[in-house]
Amino acid sequence: MEKITRRDFLVMSGTTGVALSALGVNLAPATAYAAGLTKMDRVKSAKQIGSTCCYCSVGCGILGSVDNLTGKIINIEGDPEHPINEGSLCAKGAGLFGLSGANEHRLKKVLYRAPKSDHWEEKDWSWALKRIARLVKDTRDKDFITHNAKNQLVNRVETIGHLGTSNVANEEAWLISIACRAMSLVYIDHQARV
Amino acid sequence: MTNHYIDLKNSDCILIMGSNAAEHHPIAFKWILRARDERKATLIHVDPRYTRTTARCDYHVPLRSGTDIALLGGMIKYILDNNLIQEEYVKHYTNATFIVNANFKSEDGLFSGFDAEKKKYDKSTWTFEKDETGIPKRDLTLQHPNCVYQLLKQHYARYTIEKVSAITGVPADLIERVYKDYASTGTKDRAGTICYALGWTHHTVGSQNIRAMSIIQLLLGNIGVCGGGVNALRGEPNVQGSTDHAILYNILPGYLKMPTAPIQTLAEYNEKYTTKTNDPQSANWYQNYPKYSVSFLKALFGEAAQPENDFGYSWLPKIEDGKAYSLMHLFDEMYKGNIKGMFCYGSNPACSAPNSTKVRAALQRLKWMVNVNIFDNETASFWKGPGVDSKQVETEVFLLPAASSLEKAGSQSNSGRWVQWKNKIANPPGDALSDGDIVMRIMDEVRALYAAEGGVCPEPILNLKWDYRDAKGNFDFLKTAKQINGYYLKDNETAKKGDLVPSFALLAADGSTACGNWLMAGSFTQKGENKMAARGLDDPTGLGLYPNWSYAWPLNRRIIYNRASCDLNGKPFNPKMKLLEWTGEKWVGDVPDGPWPPVSDKKAGKYPFIMKPDGVASIFGPGMAEGPFPEHYEPMEGPLNKNLLSGQLTNPMVSVFKTELDKFANADTKFPYVCTSYSCTEHWCSGALTRWQSWLTEMQPEAYIEIGEKLAAELGIKNGEKVRVDSVRGAVKCVAMVTKRFQPFTINGKVIHQVGLPFNYGWLFPKDSGDSANFLTAAVGCPNTFCPEYKAFMVNVSKL
Amino acid sequence: MSNMELVKMIDLSRCTACRGCQVACKQWNELPASKTKNWGSYQNPADLEWNTWTLIRFQEYVDAKGRFKWLFRKDGCMHCTDAACVKVCPTQALYHTEFGTVAFDPERCIGCKDCIPACPFNIPRFNEQTKKIGKCDLCLSRLRANKPPACVLSCPTGALSIGPKAEMIEKAYKRAKALGEGASVYGDKFVGGTHVIYVLPEPVSAYPGLPENPSVPLPIILWKDVLKPASVIAGGGVLAAAFLHYILHGPKRPVEDTQEGGSEI
Repeated sequence: MEKITRRDFLVMSGTTGVALSALGVNLAPATAYAAGLTKMDRVKSAKQIGSTCCYCSVGCGILGSVDNLTGKIINIEGDPEHPINEGSLCAKGAGLFGLSGANEHRLKKVLYRAPKSDHWEEKDWSWALKRIARLVKDTRDKDFITHNAKNQLVNRVETIGHLGTSNVANEEAWLISIACRAMSLVYIDHQARV
Repeated sequence: MTNHYIDLKNSDCILIMGSNAAEHHPIAFKWILRARDERKATLIHVDPRYTRTTARCDYHVPLRSGTDIALLGGMIKYILDNNLIQEEYVKHYTNATFIVNANFKSEDGLFSGFDAEKKKYDKSTWTFEKDETGIPKRDLTLQHPNCVYQLLKQHYARYTIEKVSAITGVPADLIERVYKDYASTGTKDRAGTICYALGWTHHTVGSQNIRAMSIIQLLLGNIGVCGGGVNALRGEPNVQGSTDHAILYNILPGYLKMPTAPIQTLAEYNEKYTTKTNDPQSANWYQNYPKYSVSFLKALFGEAAQPENDFGYSWLPKIEDGKAYSLMHLFDEMYKGNIKGMFCYGSNPACSAPNSTKVRAALQRLKWMVNVNIFDNETASFWKGPGVDSKQVETEVFLLPAASSLEKAGSQSNSGRWVQWKNKIANPPGDALSDGDIVMRIMDEVRALYAAEGGVCPEPILNLKWDYRDAKGNFDFLKTAKQINGYYLKDNETAKKGDLVPSFALLAADGSTACGNWLMAGSFTQKGENKMAARGLDDPTGLGLYPNWSYAWPLNRRIIYNRASCDLNGKPFNPKMKLLEWTGEKWVGDVPDGPWPPVSDKKAGKYPFIMKPDGVASIFGPGMAEGPFPEHYEPMEGPLNKNLLSGQLTNPMVSVFKTELDKFANADTKFPYVCTSYSCTEHWCSGALTRWQSWLTEMQPEAYIEIGEKLAAELGIKNGEKVRVDSVRGAVKCVAMVTKRFQPFTINGKVIHQVGLPFNYGWLFPKDSGDSANFLTAAVGCPNTFCPEYKAFMVNVSKL
Repeated sequence: MSNMELVKMIDLSRCTACRGCQVACKQWNELPASKTKNWGSYQNPADLEWNTWTLIRFQEYVDAKGRFKWLFRKDGCMHCTDAACVKVCPTQALYHTEFGTVAFDPERCIGCKDCIPACPFNIPRFNEQTKKIGKCDLCLSRLRANKPPACVLSCPTGALSIGPKAEMIEKAYKRAKALGEGASVYGDKFVGGTHVIYVLPEPVSAYPGLPENPSVPLPIILWKDVLKPASVIAGGGVLAAAFLHYILHGPKRPVEDTQEGGSEI
C-alpha cells in the first residue's frame, strides 16, 4: 500500500484530515479513462520542485511540475506539506503558472530605445552591458562629489538613482545593495516605502 | 512582524487595522480564522471600507482615512482610565516608570523644543532624569507626576470617546466596543495582536500610527508573547529581506546606519552608533555595533579593507545629515533636471510613485534608464505613454529581460522573518537572466572600464569583493548567501579560517570575521549546512513555531522579545501558552532573546528588550521626529480646516516639495470627498506583473472606484458607469462600483463621504483598462520614513 | 460504488472570496480566460462560461434584521445523484463516476445542448467554437490519483473540503448548527443528494441562482426512466434523441439548435 502523506487525499478535508484508506475505500483507478494522457498523467511523470510564492509576504510553499522532456512548467500548485499555507494559495498564487515562460508577454530579448526613437530594438547582452557601463562611468566620473559644501569627504554621486525591488532573493538584494554603494549612489530606494 | 503568520492562531483578539488581510494576505486568514475556531478569538476590522476582510470579522469599525491615532489614543486613555494594564509587565519591561526631564512639555499638539520656522524639534528635553550612577530614575508606583505613565495619561486625557467619534466618524458605542474587546487582552491569560500593513504606513503620521499601537501592546503586555506582537503584514515576497539588506538610502545591510558627512572616520561612526548604558541589567545589544560594521566592511571590500585604511570606510558614500534621498526625493530632483541616470529593477514608479503627472514628466528628463523586468511596463515605455511625443524624449532606455521568481533559487524572507530557501523550477525564457546575474554583469563591465581607464574615486569599485560567480559563470546564490552569513578570516580556538560564523555573537571588530549582514549570521552552520533550506515539520511547543522549518532571524528566534512572555522569575505569564520558561539553569522553548537568566537574578539577569539601551520597551519614544507620544494630526489633505484636538492641523514635521506640480487642496469645496487608494487580491502592486496574466485580468479587468450608494445617488452615478475622479493634481477615468460597503461618515456633525480606488492599473496593458490612481495622490510623506500619503487625499467624482 | 462516494462541502461562512479556487480550477484544467469588462462588480466573469467552471458570486445583502453582509458563493456543478444532465445526455458524454460525481467526456459530446435546460442549477455552458459543453468534473483525474480537487487544495480557510459522503454531511450539519441563526445545509435533500453541498449562513433565498427546491424536470424523468429504455430497444439512438427533444422542447426545435449541429444526431 502506498504511503499516505499530507500531499495525498488526507488533506482533502482541510482542517480535519480524513483518512479514506482507513475507511476501506479503494482509490486505485477503477478503469482507464479516455484515450490520451490526462493532466494528472503528465503531472505524475513530471519532476516536482518546491519553491516559494512571489507575491505577498506570507511565503507560501508551492510545487512546480516540470515536464522532463521540454523542461517547461506544466503545473504549479500549493505545497500541502508547507506549514503556513498547507497547500492553499490565493488567486494570484494559484495563477503563478501565468508568470512562467508560457506567458506570451514575457520579455525574452534585451530591448533598447535610442534617444528620440519611437520603437524598441532588439540587442544582445554584450552590447547592452557595455553601453550601460559606459553611461554609468561617464555620469559617475563627471558628477562625482568628493567633498560637500562643508569640505567633508563624501564620495558620492547624486545624479544616478536606483529603484530596486522587493521581488528578488536576499542574495540578489544584498548584491544590489552593495553594488549601489560601490558605485557611490545615494538615491537608493525600493518598494519598502511604496 | 515581531511574531509570525502561524502564530496568529494563538491570539484571543485580532485587531486588523490599516490592513485588508483577507484580500492581500489571503493565507494569513487561515490562521486568523483558526484563532476564532480554536480560541473563540474576536476579530475586529477597522477600515474606512467594508472589504472581504470585514466580511469574515466579527464586526466592522468604519473609520475616516487618516484618523487612526485619534482612535488608538482614545484606546490608550480607556486602558489607563479603567486600569486595564498588565501591571507587572508595564512596571518592569517598559519605561512607564521612568522619570522624564522636568522641562518636557506636551501642549496643544506640540512638544517642547519646537522651532516653527525651521520645522525642527530641539529634543534636549525629551530625556530621562538619571541617578548618580547614570541610570534613569524610576518610580515603580507609577505615581510620580513626571513619570512616563503619568505623562501618557495627561497627553491622552483629551482623547475622549466623544472627541474620537467626532474626528473618526465611528459611533461612540462602537468605539467603546473596540476598546473593551481589545483591552480585555491586558490580562495575563489573554493575548491580543495587531495586523497592520500599508494602511498605516501610507500616511504623513505613518510611523506614529504604529507607535500608538505599540504603546497599547506594551500597556497590555502583548509584546513578546505568542498570539501578540506588532505585526506588519508586508506587501511583497521579500520586502523584509530587501529591507534587511538595505536597498534603501538610509541604512546599510543589517540596519547599520548609513554614514553621514559629518562622520568622517570609522571610529567616530562606531562611537556614534554604539549604544551605552550604565545599567548592569541591560544587555544593550548594540554595544556590539563595531563588530557588525567592521565585519560588513570586510565582506564588502575583502582584503582591501584593513585597519590602516579604516576598513575602507572612506570609500562608502556619505549622505548629508538630515537630508532624505527617498523615491519621492529622487523624482523631485529628476523633475528639476538633476538626475541623469536611473536603474529600475522590478519596480514601476510611473504607476506606483505618488503624483504620476510629476513622475512621468520627470522620467522624460533622464539621459538614460536601465529597466529590469519580466514584462514591459509603464516606466520602461514612458517615452510612448499618453501625451508623450517620443521624438522629444532624449532618454536612452534599456529594457533587460529578467528571470521570474520561478526561474531562480535563493532565499526569501517572509514577514514573520522566516528566511526560506527556494528552488529554481525552470529556466527563464529566451535571453532572460536573474536580477543577480544582471547586476553582476553590469558591475563586471563597470569594473573592467575602471580597471582599463581609471576614473574618479575608483577604489570602491575596484576594491569591491566581487566573486559571486559559479563554475558556469552564472550568479551563485549559495556562495553569496554564505558571504552574507559571514565567515572567519583567521583560525581561532573554535574555528578554522573559512568556516562559517554560526552566530552573530561570534563576530569580531578586529577584521578577523567578514559578514555581509550580521542579522543573517547563523543562517548556516559552521560547516556550511544551509538552515534556510531546513524542512522539518516538528513543532515541540505545539504553538506553531516550527523551529526546524527554514531559518528565522535573529538566530532562529520565532518570536522577538520572547523573554517578556515570562515574569521576573522566568515563569510564563500564561502557563497555557508556554513560549519560554526559565528552568533555573536555562531557557526552554523558543530560542530566547539572549541566554542570561531572568530579571530577578540581580547579578546576571538581563531585561528582556535587549535591543534598547535601557533594556525596556519605549512607551516614551524620543527617537521619533514629531514627538515621544503619538498625536493626532489631520492628513495633508482632508475635509477639515481645524484639528479637533489641537491647534496644529497637520503633522508639524512634514515638509512639502516646492515644484508647481506639488499642489494641495485641504478642506476645499472643489474636492469634497475623502479618498484612499489600495490594491485588490487579484492584482499586485502597480499591476506590472499581474496585468499581463489573463486569469487575473479576467477577474479584475479595469480600473474602478468604489462609491457609496448615497453619494452615487447624489451625483446621479449608476453602477458600472464610467466616471472621472479629480484631485488638485490630476485626474483618472474609471468604472463606478456603487456599493453599500462605503457609508458616509459623520465628522464633527457634518456628513463626509469617502471613496476609494485601486492603484493596480496603467495605460500600457490591458489596453483601455485605465491608468494609475497615483495621478490623484500627493508626493508627501511621513517625516520618519518618507512613506507617501497614499491613503488619505481629497477628490471630486463626476459622471462622464 | 456507494462506499466511494465523495462529497465536497462549501462552507460559505468561511469563504473570503480570495478566488484561489476560481484560478486554481483554470490552472489545473487549462482553461483560458475570457475578455471581460468591469460591470460594477468584483464578480467576473459575470457568470459561468464553458471556460469558467467555478466562480465566486459576490452579493451585497441586508438581512432580515437590517444588518449588511457581503455574501460570497462559489458556484459550480453540484454533482447530483439524480443528475438530469446525465439522464438527457444521448451519448453518455456526461456520466457518473465511481465517486458519485458527474464527469464529462468531451470526445463523446455532440453539442446537442440538452443538458443545459435540463440542469436545475444552470451549470453546463456551451462553447461556440468547439460545439461542446464545459463544466466541472470535480478534477476526476486528481480524485483518481488520490489528490483533492484543485479548488479544495487552494482554499486557505477551509471553506472547501472533501471527504466521504456520510462524514461530510455530518460535518456540514454540525457546522450549520454551530452557526445557528438560520444557517442550513443545502444539497443532501434533493435530486438524490448532491456531491457538492453548501453550508449556507443565510436563508437559501438570499443567494440568487440557488433554487429553493431543485428537481429534475418531470419530462426528463419520464423520458429517462420510463420511455428511453423502451425506445432505445425499439429504434436506436437517432430516434431516441429526437424523441427526447420532442418531450423537452415540443415538436418545434429551437432555431439555434438546428444551426448548432443538433441535427447531426
